[in-house]
Amino acid sequence: MITINIDGQELKAKDGQTILEVARESGIYIPTLCYHENLAPYGACRLCIVEISKNGRSRMVASCLYPAEEGIEVKTNSPRVIDNRKMIMELLLARCSQNEVIKKLASEMGVEQSSFKSEYLENNDCILCGLCVRACEEVVGVSAISLVNRGVNREVASPFFEPSASCIGCGSCSYVCPTGAIKMEDKEDTRVIQGSKWKTEFKLKKCKVCGNYWAPEAQLEYIRKKLNLPPDFFDVCPNCR
Amino acid sequence: MGKIKSLQDLEALRSTIKEKRRITKPCVAICAGAGCLALGGREVIDATVEELEKQNLQGKVDIKTTGCPGFCEQGPLVIISPQDVIYTHVKVEDVPEIISKTVINGEIVDRLLYTDPATGEKPVCESDVPFYKKQKRLLLGNNSKIDPNNIEDYIALGGYSALAKAFAWSPEQIIEEIKKSGLRGRGGGGFPTGQKWESCRNAPGEPKYVIANCDEGDPGAFMNRALMEGNPHSVLEGLLICAYAIGSHEGYIYVRNEYPVAVENATIAIKQAEQLGFLGENILGSGFDFTIRINRGGGAFVCGESTALMASLEGRVGEPRAKYIHTVEKGLWDKPSNLNNVETLANVPLIINNGADWFSAIGTEGSKGTKIFSLVGKVNNTGLVEVPMGMTLREVIYGIGGGIRDGKKFKGVQTGGPSGGVIPESMLDMPVDFDELTKAGSMMGSGGMIVMDEDTCMVDTAKYFLTFLEEESCGKCVPCREGIKRMRQILTDITEGKGEEKDIALLERIGEALKDSSLCALGTTATNPVLSTIRYFRNEYEAHIKEKRCPAGVCKALIQYYIIDEKCVGCRLCEKACPTEAITFMGKRKPVVLEQNKCIKCGICKDVCKLEAVGVK
Repeated sequence: MITINIDGQELKAKDGQTILEVARESGIYIPTLCYHENLAPYGACRLCIVEISKNGRSRMVASCLYPAEEGIEVKTNSPRVIDNRKMIMELLLARCSQNEVIKKLASEMGVEQSSFKSEYLENNDCILCGLCVRACEEVVGVSAISLVNRGVNREVASPFFEPSASCIGCGSCSYVCPTGAIKMEDKEDTRVIQGSKWKTEFKLKKCKVCGNYWAPEAQLEYIRKKLNLPPDFFDVCPNCR
Repeated sequence: MGKIKSLQDLEALRSTIKEKRRITKPCVAICAGAGCLALGGREVIDATVEELEKQNLQGKVDIKTTGCPGFCEQGPLVIISPQDVIYTHVKVEDVPEIISKTVINGEIVDRLLYTDPATGEKPVCESDVPFYKKQKRLLLGNNSKIDPNNIEDYIALGGYSALAKAFAWSPEQIIEEIKKSGLRGRGGGGFPTGQKWESCRNAPGEPKYVIANCDEGDPGAFMNRALMEGNPHSVLEGLLICAYAIGSHEGYIYVRNEYPVAVENATIAIKQAEQLGFLGENILGSGFDFTIRINRGGGAFVCGESTALMASLEGRVGEPRAKYIHTVEKGLWDKPSNLNNVETLANVPLIINNGADWFSAIGTEGSKGTKIFSLVGKVNNTGLVEVPMGMTLREVIYGIGGGIRDGKKFKGVQTGGPSGGVIPESMLDMPVDFDELTKAGSMMGSGGMIVMDEDTCMVDTAKYFLTFLEEESCGKCVPCREGIKRMRQILTDITEGKGEEKDIALLERIGEALKDSSLCALGTTATNPVLSTIRYFRNEYEAHIKEKRCPAGVCKALIQYYIIDEKCVGCRLCEKACPTEAITFMGKRKPVVLEQNKCIKCGICKDVCKLEAVGVK
């Protein structure tokens, strides 16, 4: 066990745990946007930055990635942390000026509006946290979407913005998206998953008993093959089984 | 030539090569570096071969195509030995005369000599040219003596003797020697090289990788290219010693694909080293095996960053990751990996051969050895300069660079590439080393040095570098991607006369956040051009914002060209040059008239006017 100090509290940490994990276990709040406990930490939104002191020297680190080390002192709310976090929030607010999630988070941090000129404000929902892409790769295992282009032109996309051939329509991307940038809707026998410039449609499977459409055929087929289940396994929905 | 299997073999080969070369023939060495080739060097080489045939001199006179000696401004460069005569700006038509006069009779062709703009003197020998005289060319010195495609040239000058010496030591001894020398990374970070090697050696995990970083992406910087093109074996030898010290058997050279000559010369060098047994199995009979592969980079600036470079090497998108677990522990394919800049590696054979004490006697307290800078911009002698650490900026710019062009006034020098800062005139006597530059709000970087004169606008300069960085940011983390964009927007506004008083404070606030919270060094240093220009040239920012005036006369939205009637004689030069017909001829000896609503502020009229009759306000 490792002992670290977060905001004055002496806390025990397991070897390999990150500062963020230790803090969350003890109920210490550190805001995040690109972190998810089931995915590898990525360190892109930088909202989780904290100030650490070690051997009398202090520095700023991303708590989602920094491993707990014996004897470090962590401040999650020092003036330096707050200044940085506010600026990051202002930058996000300028990018996503109409997004309710971002507006609410900014407001919680005391940022009501961005300092940038209104003519430059953008109306984007995607903050490029990469959760959708990482969930698709790490959890689902199909890598149907990806981050394309560099820098200010970076965006989440299906291959060539066309319906992705490897997508199974599971909707994990939409589920994990913190800002609602990827939309998913089931209508009758069709599911539509939609990003800013790409859209994929899926046929839903009809239950042989109740006649309801209950899941994308591609997803059921993917699961069936992966688990080596009989061909008629998903003919009946879970409710009627 | 068979494989060299021992130190004795190597020395025997060296003696044979030297013996073969004992009878000194005259030699025409022509620079085949990218700069000289761009200026017509290839044609001069071909013409020389032809002329030697024509005059029946094949076999009697040697011709050598060499790497870049650094004086690119004056290319194509031709050096004739044994006299060591240097000719500059050589053209195909000059070749017959050079052969018949200088090579055969030892006469000097006066018009091809370099003229020192400061004194008007015409030095004959390469070593007397002031540009070279004040340098200490430990790394670049051999470039003009070596044909990079001939390993014998390198061996004749003592090549691979450091490797043979290193094999007689233990890896720990080598690391100790490098640590003692005080060598620090030349790629920008300035991390102590020996310490890096030691961490990598001690890191658990096999295999270990060593990588040479030749992904030089700074605009206007070309020192790595000159080494890789001109003396590739010095880099290979450094990488070999590094690999032996660390316990690595696989090495990579990551070189950007925009350096085709570097790629070609490194490929040939590896092949020749393999043929002679400097690479492969049981090198020089030491029992040590090592191979090197070349990996060509796709041209992303961020791929010079260690973790992004390694991601790119693995075939993934070149994006950095947090380095809380260092690459010496988990780097390429999560294995212990040591990445050094090619200039760092080229220093290694010198240290092993001459000793750590010799090396650490050069330079300053915290920065040892020499550093190559690419001196560019508004300076008389542009090119590569290699100087001992601690030389003052003034000595580099005036002593070696020959001062500012066209008698203009010095304004600032950007060191460290796009992520460096601008250093003002008041700090010209600052010694150049890692720590002093950082203190001044700039950095050593990989050694770019862009000199700016009084006609340079500092806000425009900051905007230029931020535009570059905005394009080159990988876009992974919020502060870098969004912050650089916002800073560039604000700077653009200021240069267009739309700046507001609060903008300077906002720039500083974004800058501080970027420094603290960006994921990699591209973001943390991207603020340097902005913060350093605000620090040293705040009045220029204020003039743009408050008075809507660009003091340097650069920002188009804030300037106006006008005709100075007393000076204009109506020669019509400007009228003919103007692309928008904004200038009207009013008759001989009468000043022309410039119509502001037609003027696009291209400045051609001012450039062509011989009487300085076009002003800017």
